[in-house]
Amino acid sequence: MSEPAFLWSSLAPAIPEISLVVAICAVLLIDVFMGDRRTGLTSTLTLVALAVCAALTVEYGHVMERVVLLNGMYVADELAYVLKLVGFSVVAVVLLYSRRYLVDHGILRGEYYVLALTALLGIFVLVSANSLLTVYLGVELLALSVYAMVAFDRDSGVAAESAMKYFVLGAIASGALLYGMSLLYGLAGTLDLGELTARLASPSSLGVVMGVVFVVVAVAFKLGAVPFHMWLPDVYEGAPTSVTLFIGTVPKIAYFALALRLLAEGLAGMAPEWTQMLAPLAVLTLVVGNVVALVQTNLKRMLAYSTISNVGFIVLGFVAGTPDGYAAALYYTLVYVLVALGSFGVILLASRKGFEADRLEDYKGLYRRDPLLAFAMMLLMFSTAGVPPLVGFWAKLRIFQALWETHHLYLVIIAAAMSVVGAFYYLRVIKLMYFDEPVAAIPPAVGGAGVRLVLGLNAAAVLVLGILPGPLLNLCARVLH
Amino acid sequence: MHGLLSILIWLPIAAGVVVLLLGDRYVALVRWLALLASLATLALAVPLWMQFDAGTAALQFPEALSWIPRFNAQYALGVDGISMPLIALTALMTVPVIIAAWTVIEKRPAQYFAAFLIMEGLMIGVFSATDALLFYFFWEAMLIPMFLIIGIWGGPRRVYATLKFFLYTFLGSVFMLAALIYMYVKGGSYAIEHLQGLPLTIAEQRWIFVAFFLAFAVKVPMWPVHTWLPDAHVEAPTGGSVILAAIMLKMGGYGFLRFSLPITPDASAELALPVIALSLIAVVYIGFVALVQQDMKKLIAYSSIAHMGFVTLGAFVIYAIVRNTGHTVGTGMALDGAMVQMISHGLISGALFLCVGVLYDRVHSRQIADYGGVINTMPVFAAFMVLFALANTGLPGTSGFVGEFLVIIASFRASFWYAFLAAVTLVLGAAYTLWLVKRVVFGPVTSPRVAELKDVNGREFLVLGVLALVVLLVGVWPAPLLKVMQPTIHHLVSQAIATKL
Repeated sequence: MSEPAFLWSSLAPAIPEISLVVAICAVLLIDVFMGDRRTGLTSTLTLVALAVCAALTVEYGHVMERVVLLNGMYVADELAYVLKLVGFSVVAVVLLYSRRYLVDHGILRGEYYVLALTALLGIFVLVSANSLLTVYLGVELLALSVYAMVAFDRDSGVAAESAMKYFVLGAIASGALLYGMSLLYGLAGTLDLGELTARLASPSSLGVVMGVVFVVVAVAFKLGAVPFHMWLPDVYEGAPTSVTLFIGTVPKIAYFALALRLLAEGLAGMAPEWTQMLAPLAVLTLVVGNVVALVQTNLKRMLAYSTISNVGFIVLGFVAGTPDGYAAALYYTLVYVLVALGSFGVILLASRKGFEADRLEDYKGLYRRDPLLAFAMMLLMFSTAGVPPLVGFWAKLRIFQALWETHHLYLVIIAAAMSVVGAFYYLRVIKLMYFDEPVAAIPPAVGGAGVRLVLGLNAAAVLVLGILPGPLLNLCARVLH
Repeated sequence: MHGLLSILIWLPIAAGVVVLLLGDRYVALVRWLALLASLATLALAVPLWMQFDAGTAALQFPEALSWIPRFNAQYALGVDGISMPLIALTALMTVPVIIAAWTVIEKRPAQYFAAFLIMEGLMIGVFSATDALLFYFFWEAMLIPMFLIIGIWGGPRRVYATLKFFLYTFLGSVFMLAALIYMYVKGGSYAIEHLQGLPLTIAEQRWIFVAFFLAFAVKVPMWPVHTWLPDAHVEAPTGGSVILAAIMLKMGGYGFLRFSLPITPDASAELALPVIALSLIAVVYIGFVALVQQDMKKLIAYSSIAHMGFVTLGAFVIYAIVRNTGHTVGTGMALDGAMVQMISHGLISGALFLCVGVLYDRVHSRQIADYGGVINTMPVFAAFMVLFALANTGLPGTSGFVGEFLVIIASFRASFWYAFLAAVTLVLGAAYTLWLVKRVVFGPVTSPRVAELKDVNGREFLVLGVLALVVLLVGVWPAPLLKVMQPTIHHLVSQAIATKL
């Protein structure tokens, strides 16, 4: 069989990654040569680079059909296209939110921006993976960038501890992933996800099931599903808030893609096995996440447990094991990212030099000090609690629907009960902001009209997408038909 | 008029948003704007009633737009004889709430008015939605303003009360949502009419009935899930109590009539007896509980639970009638009674809470023991309060009489004991209400604070006077109200006793 001549133009669907690599090199070099003289330049440049990359992606990278490139290593489809555009925009908003925080804490360094971009590259590789190797490459590129980001405030002992914990536990997860992959490769004889689907079908040998177990463990770890969630609260709390914002939002897209590409696509034949494994994980995740969040006093830590409980819902979408369930999980993930972006954004905007604004009591009477922040946070909290007219309601509805379609009565009941438990701690934040009197000692808010506008738009999006959920629901269903 | 229902929903919401944006800097403007918006909504409710065709059970003023094509969910509105009077009640009761708060609310007044206007739109949305998903959307969205109203402007234990209110209702509603989604997955549509026609096995009906029951029983509220109500009422500001008692409790009753009876008729028939039992417990036991209350608002709150027991009794006694007599004579009367009781209780309890508000604004106490002899210093007010109290006991000539009378008469057809126990309320209701009046209004002036009281001002007189007129009108001449409901009730009876099996 003779290979056809290689055409550069055939790489067009990979334009997001290619342009991003160029951008990373440019930002890195310019930052190195500009040094610390122009600290603001790198951040502006990164935003421009993201905008250019996104524009190139829209112009050249839009594929309607599934295209497999690079000897089957890389796949471009509409799902990947959408997730990459979401990735560009979320990273841009994260960087906008975090700028002032970085300045206040004296850690506005080029590394933060370069690492954010390399993490994004890892996400893209993962999103477009069509082979076990590409999956692993993406996972590691993302993970290594994020470990470094957590630790990049060199003087903070807590951050270093978190990074260490994250790194060690993350290495175990990577090991599990690699081990599972090696078993699958040994038994199926292929790394290609499409081939894997064709060769592995339930019921299968014990070896294959073992491989699936390890893959599920790795996915659960990356998502933060109980009992593989231990790293998540510590890392969220210990990392600088700007980094918490990053790891609380962007990588979720990647880990959704990880679960989708590995389980739903590569191991589609083994669905009866892994849905059974995921169901108890989802229940545990919902229960532990919601119940433990009730007793937190630190907002970042509370949101970490809230993340865990939300992961429970995303996993439930996979438990359904149908395209509709995956579409529900995708919708839930996107909604979660939007809301988490705003919630951590509020923490960043509420913080000042020497005041982290990460304890719950710091939010007492926030309404008096800063009505916009309080109102935005209220919308975000009601949304996460799943109250209409906010978008979080539709995300939960979508999951319930996917579960009913696959006759999971008990999961519906547990998820419904747990969303009521969850409502309590979201309401508590609103109670602090609106019903309690402010604590006098907190310094007043400082400017940044542009960032506040972005936060306002973020909260408005939660409301508008809640009143008119149709287009996003359709999009999610279409890319996963 | 085309799009009338949409205007009724969105006009107050839009006004609420404008009021919110204007903020507390323009308090005077904000007040007038809020009053104007609520009056305009009330004015628009007039053509809704006038142009309503009382000769048909079909949905009127229909509107339908594609909302979420993915779920086949529509922005579909329409009213029949059950929902139209409740919309009118909502539009009517919001006006006194705005007027009553005129100068009383000093803390963040703009947000207070905005919350009530937005509430009004959402409540009208609940009653006019003919798509279950849209219904649920409004039903839950309503929790947000109410949560804030109790939490921001409430009394000392407001945080406890508002969290309890929210979590109780949220818990009930979530299971209703699960049931709605189940039926959508089965039938492919959220249209309520479609759900009513959806064939369901008895096992499915039982599950769905229980899920609905959780949502509606909490909202009504029925014993034993009523405990949030006394807390919420006591802590809520006057306006919050009025809306809670006058409209929000009615949503539970409305839910039973709109969802439970027609969608799960067989399960309703099967489980009617326990529901009747719970209703009678609410009527009798809660009546005794009301007797011993020291707090005026708490007393009226318990009285509300007892009165709402008539609504659930009227709704479910129809199954006992059919079972015991073999025919449907009297079932329509029971449902008529339930509906009139809802409207009447909305007016009376709202008025009573406004009366307590009038006293509270002057004395800053809700304890019965702090009053006595109010009639000596506030004769006009005392006249209103006595009138509403008598209406609350079900005195003939007031609206309170009509509903209770219809339900008791209908219950006789089912069983003497149902009627007997229900009629106990006439004694108990009279006891706790009149005793309240005796201790607060009559007797010698007991404290210096009562001696300094000034009688109602023009604003308060207007509010109480209008409500008194409506209470008397419905009591003396309930025919127009019964007439608009009749075809719908007739249709509902046929749906409720038909089997889906």
